[in-house]
Amino acid sequence: MERGASKPAVAIDIDGVSKVFASAEGAVRALDDVSLAIRENEFFTLLGPSGCGKTTLLRLIGGFEHADSGRILLHGEDISALPPYRRPVNMVFQSYALFPHMTVAGNIGFGLEMLGRQKAEVAAAVDQMLRLVQMEGLRNRRPGQLSGGQQQRVALARALAPRPRVLLLDEPLSALDLKLRKEMQIELKRLQHETGITFIFVTHDQGEALTMSDRIAVMSDGRLLQTGTPREIYDRPADRFVANFIGETNFLQADVVATGAGRARLQLALGPETEAELPDGAPSSGRVTVVVRPEHAMLTPDPEQGTLSGVLENIVYFGTDTHYYVKLASCETLISRIQNTRDDEAVYEKGQRVGIVLRKGAVQILRD
Amino acid sequence: MVDMAGRDRSARTAAQAATVARRREVSRCWLLCAPALLVLLLAASGPLLIVLAYSFLKPGGYGGVQWELSTQAWVSVLLQRDIFDDTLGLADAHLSIFWRSLRLASLTTLLALLLGFPTAYFIATRPEARRAHWLFVITIPFWTNLLIRTFAIMEVIRNNGIINSALLGLGVIETPIQMLFTDFAIMLGMVYVYLPLMVLPLYASMDKLDFRLVEAAYDLYASRFQVLRRVIVPLVRPGIIAGSILVFIPALGAYVTPRVLGGGKNMMLGNLIELQFGQGRNWPLGAALSMTLLLLVMAALLVYVRSAARPADRDG
Repeated sequence: MERGASKPAVAIDIDGVSKVFASAEGAVRALDDVSLAIRENEFFTLLGPSGCGKTTLLRLIGGFEHADSGRILLHGEDISALPPYRRPVNMVFQSYALFPHMTVAGNIGFGLEMLGRQKAEVAAAVDQMLRLVQMEGLRNRRPGQLSGGQQQRVALARALAPRPRVLLLDEPLSALDLKLRKEMQIELKRLQHETGITFIFVTHDQGEALTMSDRIAVMSDGRLLQTGTPREIYDRPADRFVANFIGETNFLQADVVATGAGRARLQLALGPETEAELPDGAPSSGRVTVVVRPEHAMLTPDPEQGTLSGVLENIVYFGTDTHYYVKLASCETLISRIQNTRDDEAVYEKGQRVGIVLRKGAVQILRD
Repeated sequence: MVDMAGRDRSARTAAQAATVARRREVSRCWLLCAPALLVLLLAASGPLLIVLAYSFLKPGGYGGVQWELSTQAWVSVLLQRDIFDDTLGLADAHLSIFWRSLRLASLTTLLALLLGFPTAYFIATRPEARRAHWLFVITIPFWTNLLIRTFAIMEVIRNNGIINSALLGLGVIETPIQMLFTDFAIMLGMVYVYLPLMVLPLYASMDKLDFRLVEAAYDLYASRFQVLRRVIVPLVRPGIIAGSILVFIPALGAYVTPRVLGGGKNMMLGNLIELQFGQGRNWPLGAALSMTLLLLVMAALLVYVRSAARPADRDG
């Protein structure tokens, strides 16, 4: 990502931000000392389950909420105290929030009109935006006459029309059906590429986050757990929550036998020894938790050949791949995911004893 | 086969029976509705027709009507006849009373809107649980008789009332300000009386307003005033229309408030009509004035709804 000496410029700098909401049951800590730097022209995703604080953080950047402590900088300038209409930042709302009494063109031109731009300039920008989101034919419709996907495009065009420095997207795809969602994911990536605007995207869908983002920040309970590229987050989850939230995961217990050069020799609780990468911040001695992604755990018909062995408890066919649920000696279930090819016969059957081969680099030590 | 035909026939008769039963049900429904419809017809349309009929008759000597067709009452609604001036000299004042009624009713509606809009907005933006309390407070004046409330206002604004006494006591003024028996007093009274009728429909509209749209407008660089003008007002337009109609109609025909607070000389249409049926003993003229009031209300509503129903956004 970093090319030589030129470090990418920071678009949004979130500096030790905390936010507490008072409610009937007492105070809810929505954000707990979150610090984060979002780079320019980046597709950045805030990922976490509902109630993790990701939307609060987005609303803070938009100016709809104000932090109890900490600062938010936009290109080095403190915008914490500015109201939403003074921030060169626009939002795509989860509900789209299109103005029902205005036409598509009226909605898209609204921001520029409020900025006091000339009529001709507004009209030109509206035309350009309609072309960008491929909605030229529907410029005089009202939002109520549009489908969900079309409303989504209008909401995007409306937020992009004033050329914001940063575009905030609050779960914009959650109301769309699967096929449309896939289409819009590609569309969003294209728009981000074509406009060169920094996108900050909030979602609870880890698949969406992995496929679309340049970088992801995983949040839980108002705290930031891990920030990194999709590959880093998936391959090297920092802790149990991240590993569990992103993709399917097998957790195993192990003891550290020896360490050296960023690697560790482990003895799994079930007996066999294996090797694993030792990331920064992970414990280098004693009992640790390790993760094995299902696609890194291969099956072999010979129980003796595998690192571990067990009995096939269940087989679930998914089309592209098949999930094998293997009951280990410890009564835990380990999932193995194997891609389907046309020529392989179903060689495994329920109840069969199988060996599990852990691929090189499959075992990853967690922080907790 | 015989069995089949039989079943077919019995099916047909069953369908016919069902149709007959349904028809009977519909007619029975009409029968059940009849008392209500009859009351509506007699109580609403009946008197109106009588008033309409009376307006085309001649006045009786001691009130009532003479059963003789005449358009004289309608003529004297607008035109005055100096020579045959037997209506206590009021005929020449009709136009000024129409004008005062229209002006005061319009001003009352406008003032009620200006006061009611922020009030309704305030209530609609409170937490859900608190809104009922505020609505309750708004409806409290309804609990007291209109006459008593009007006399209470009189007590506040008369020359030795609360306001004048306080201002005199503080030395702000040397002689009391004449507020009672002015158009101002009538308007004050009507705004006070009709304000809830403005607030409630406005609140009903604002309650449905999606405040995320307000956020979206702020996000798109709209200032507070622009958000109000471009988003909130167009979206609560139905409430504005309903509230304005609910205030304007009774204000135009108001009787008690101008009678108590306006004194004898600041008459409104309602008082003029009462005068014709009472002391004036000119029932046909009273009837014609009543029909005129009805026409004024209908014309005003038509103009208002027409102008309010035009598309809110012209730029699209």
